[in-house]
Amino acid sequence: MGDLQSIRRNRLAVLAMSDTSELVKCWKTLGVDPEFTMPRAPQTGIVGLRGRIGGGGDAFNFGEATVTRATVKLASGSIGHAYALGRDHTKAKLSAIIDALCLDDDWSARIEDNIITPLRNQIESRDERRAAETAATKVDFFTMVRGED
Amino acid sequence: MYVAVKGGETAINNAHKLLADRRRGDRDVAALTLSQIKEQLSLAVDRVMAEGSLYDRDLAALSIKQARGDIIEAVFLLRAYRTTLPRFGYSLPVDTGEMKIERRISATYKDLPGGQMLGPTFDYTHRLLDPELVEDEAAGEPETREPDAGHTQRVSYILANEGLIEGDGKNGHGAEVPGDITRTPTEFPMNRDERLQSLSRGDEGFLLSLAYSTQRGYARSHPFVGEIRIGEVDVEIEVPELGFSVPVGRVQVTECQMVNQFQGSAKVPPQFTRGYGLVFGQLERKAMAMSLCDRALRARELGEDIVAPAQDEEFVIAHADNVQATGFVEHLKLPHYVDFQAELGIVRQMRREYAERNDAVSEMIKEAAE
Repeated sequence: MGDLQSIRRNRLAVLAMSDTSELVKCWKTLGVDPEFTMPRAPQTGIVGLRGRIGGGGDAFNFGEATVTRATVKLASGSIGHAYALGRDHTKAKLSAIIDALCLDDDWSARIEDNIITPLRNQIESRDERRAAETAATKVDFFTMVRGED
Repeated sequence: MYVAVKGGETAINNAHKLLADRRRGDRDVAALTLSQIKEQLSLAVDRVMAEGSLYDRDLAALSIKQARGDIIEAVFLLRAYRTTLPRFGYSLPVDTGEMKIERRISATYKDLPGGQMLGPTFDYTHRLLDPELVEDEAAGEPETREPDAGHTQRVSYILANEGLIEGDGKNGHGAEVPGDITRTPTEFPMNRDERLQSLSRGDEGFLLSLAYSTQRGYARSHPFVGEIRIGEVDVEIEVPELGFSVPVGRVQVTECQMVNQFQGSAKVPPQFTRGYGLVFGQLERKAMAMSLCDRALRARELGEDIVAPAQDEEFVIAHADNVQATGFVEHLKLPHYVDFQAELGIVRQMRREYAERNDAVSEMIKEAAE
């Protein structure tokens, strides 16, 4: 996977995992309202979820999840896509617009600073807080010594 | 002759109005919000998602509210809804080794890399009702501690290094693409991948009782909890428009690795065998029951005698789905008027014949006595 592709992938991952109200808040700081059409309006469907037998063996299906996707086309001709778990159409549409804008290098840098980095920080700080809460429940075994040695 | 019977429409409409009223209950009590259900009845939400086989916390919360807390009814609602959605394909297999761990315990090793992390567990509580919860008592903030750096190794890998345990597991058909019970009708015997799919969405109570039966001697398998881990895993899907795979969010899952003693057979040397459980949400009891049932159902594969219900694949899998089960049991409530009239006729006739036979016999006895 090339650098550009991996940056796009990471960006889409952050957008998918973001909280919609936070995403909208970050988006508003850009102060843009690009014209766009929607070759594929937000659509909710299901994706089969797979795991692996024993954790690392052959794959098996263990359930489904709702997923919403969208595709937008900007006036510039850039096409952006978005996929995210859940049924949030606002998030899918906005994420696809952001993905399309990012195909332009200048926009990509601004969006990285104003949207992706703050959202990523939020996700990471939540993860860190939860990891620290779990770590506090780690058992510290100690041995009681009885009698003479 | 066919007689169409109409009627009951008003009664049905009024019954549904009454249901809506009773569902809402006393209007002086605030209505439940979906956020309250998601946040404060989260394990019920998890159960509905697992047995409804659809990961969507909001929809599961809505179905619980609509079903007045009847979990099987809620599962039914969620299953019905998911059939209305288009399918976008499958995820890549989730990597539970990279889970954001919220709980991780092992009953086989005390000091294991990564340690025992209890997480938000009911274990070690005294099961005394808490009067403080009668009112809205403020809950304190949880404690925190600097997490250990590094990766939390799977317990199965520790045993695998000594060669004492079998590998992670094969599907049984050798093909790379796993079977999907929601796309192809169930046929017995099943492969392990399809069996695991059925178990993962199976009724918790049914699987729990079967798992319990294996512990009580019906297909005893000497189980140990190698590892239970609960936490979030990334879901990644191939996006054809982009030509590469993209993470689309995370789901919370519970994974149970059961380790079972095995004497060996003609095919396999003595070693530890394994049962596997993977379910949505924080459903430890279900994941444990699933792994015990998975192991019991591997009897044929491992050359064990099939002597108990938990080993009988058709019995377990065909009865584990609570939507199917409730559909068939509850359909008995529906009008069977014509069926019953026919049965009534047969029973009357049989009684007539029975009485005639008895009369004839008593007549004979009477004649013989005279």
